[in-house]
Amino acid sequence: MSAPIDRLLFGDNQFFGVNHMSEEKARAQAMRFQSTEAIVEVLDAAYAEGIRTFMCTTHERIAEIADHVRRNPERYPDYRFYPCMPYAHKYANAVTQDGMLGALRRFMPSEGLLSTALRSGRSLAAKDIEGIVTVLVDSEMRMFEGLSTPVIFLQNVVVDLLLGLGFTDAFRIFAEHVRTRYGAEPGFITMNLPMLLDELDRAGVENPIVCANMNAIGFRMAGGIEGYERALAERRFRPIAMSVLASGAIAPREAFEWVRDRPEIEAVVFGASSHGNIRSTAGIARELWPAG
Amino acid sequence: MVDVALVGVGKMGLSHLSMVRAHPDVRVVGVCDSAAYVLDVLGKYTGLPTFTDVERMLDQARPEAIVIATPTASHAALVRTAIERGIHVFCEKPLTLSGEESTELSRLAEERGLVTAVGYHNRFVGAFRELHRLLEAGAIGTVSHALAESYGPVVLKPKGSTWRSRRGVGGGCLYDYAAHPLDLLAWCFGEAESARGSVLGSIFSAETDDEVYSTLRWPGGVTAQLSVNWSDESQRKMTTKLSVWGSAGRIVADRQEIQVYLRDTAPAVEGYSPGWNVRYTTELTEPVWFYLRGEEYSAQLDDFVRAVAAGRPGESSFASAAVTDRVIDRILRDAEAGTAAESASLPAGGLAAAGAAAPTPRRGLFRRAARSAS
Repeated sequence: MSAPIDRLLFGDNQFFGVNHMSEEKARAQAMRFQSTEAIVEVLDAAYAEGIRTFMCTTHERIAEIADHVRRNPERYPDYRFYPCMPYAHKYANAVTQDGMLGALRRFMPSEGLLSTALRSGRSLAAKDIEGIVTVLVDSEMRMFEGLSTPVIFLQNVVVDLLLGLGFTDAFRIFAEHVRTRYGAEPGFITMNLPMLLDELDRAGVENPIVCANMNAIGFRMAGGIEGYERALAERRFRPIAMSVLASGAIAPREAFEWVRDRPEIEAVVFGASSHGNIRSTAGIARELWPAG
Repeated sequence: MVDVALVGVGKMGLSHLSMVRAHPDVRVVGVCDSAAYVLDVLGKYTGLPTFTDVERMLDQARPEAIVIATPTASHAALVRTAIERGIHVFCEKPLTLSGEESTELSRLAEERGLVTAVGYHNRFVGAFRELHRLLEAGAIGTVSHALAESYGPVVLKPKGSTWRSRRGVGGGCLYDYAAHPLDLLAWCFGEAESARGSVLGSIFSAETDDEVYSTLRWPGGVTAQLSVNWSDESQRKMTTKLSVWGSAGRIVADRQEIQVYLRDTAPAVEGYSPGWNVRYTTELTEPVWFYLRGEEYSAQLDDFVRAVAAGRPGESSFASAAVTDRVIDRILRDAEAGTAAESASLPAGGLAAAGAAAPTPRRGLFRRAARSAS
């Protein structure tokens, strides 16, 4: 039986210059969060508001956050990371530079355990996706060693690319590896929820944790908001809602009323850059959407 | 159902394949690439029919439409083959490496009544669509000038080993990056008649350009500055921005938002008022059937598929892509003429003899910095 998921999860888009509304705002945030201390300060503010789960990409700077939490166990006794991998830009840029195979070789660990090296070399030669996927997951997970990672996510660009291609096996392989090697629950982030649920069924991944945009205006809910409503009502999965504020197009109160009316939603992931915003969003969430 | 084949499974090709395969009205009948590795993996795990030879794929899979996502230098021959067989074509940008060739292919496809499209996805970005609509409506009066910019982190160090690092095969900032803002300009203003003061600068690349600057002029007097740099690490990913000045206001648009300033003298446009108006992607973007990396990529393939099904022209046809390719030619010729004039003005013996008066010390400095960083 997998561990329960906190109601409110803290996301990391705001730390890395991702803003779906404005490039200017994204740039301003990238400037503000150049130092790891600035990120830690915001994470501490979220922690002070009772938010103990950090859902983050495997951006190289997250390694510094992981180091910080590892160094200060007394400050974060119950802190959890939900890694979302891979950090897609790293791979996309590598493909532009070295081509598809070159990039794959670059990320296959060349050092470390002999067995890993053998596994990756053999996998590349045999076109064995199982070997390639598991080695890539292991290399992304290295930065979280010794930390609590009860849920490990496959990030949306990869999930949706594989989904469109019909690469069903990859989901099963990822889920099995995450369970056996890390004792964690596999999670999937997607912009195409109804289609993904069908594909996960085919892959034999049962009652999956799926994180997707869910908001009152249907922003980035491919397949249509009705399809999402139906999925919430009829399908067996563990939904985590992201983008409930639709990048600021919906006010927090209205957003959480919408969430409250959909009791199937287990958790909401949100990002904020200031203690004030975190406190007010968390306050609204707890008032309108108390833990059930 | 439209039977679609795809050539080239690099980064763009894979992404197109994923979206087109997920399209409810498409059946993917073949995938072709010369690199057997990725192709074998695809065949093994997705069951898609794969080919290493385009002619064989076209003979056996008999697609109605084809998506071409190979390196640019190979576009012309592949497009020609498809047209000769009466196959509708979606081709990645730029269409070819020569304005003349693109014009000819556009004419051939038109003669045969084929649907054509080129991967200029910015035309499907909500904010750019809104900018286009406002210009058509004359919202900012008589347009005098535009600034078209694209920046991003593609080439950040001296060595690159793919086709993108060689201009001869279609690599370089001009073909790969500048083509996007140039297409937006062509969409809004038609064909620029001249390019002046063009600069094709190298920052890291030995065999191609990493930055492009030019001043374009249209019949009727509109001008535009083009400013493009794909070695800009300050950007997380490619960002394209178009600013337009008119007698009654100004519009600035990028992928996320459109900012419109209207003077009191501006004609009334529904939903807009004098002063600043800001609209975000959340309200400007139409939902798509499948999302990968941005609605615009799905929307452009959807437009192509629907155009094929309905037998109507696509939004971003070969004819409009040929305009962009002819302008690229003008920029290349202008930059070469500028370089030639520059070296002609040097004393015999070139740069070395010119000593301290060498005309491009800045570039030399960058080259040295680049080498020491490697």
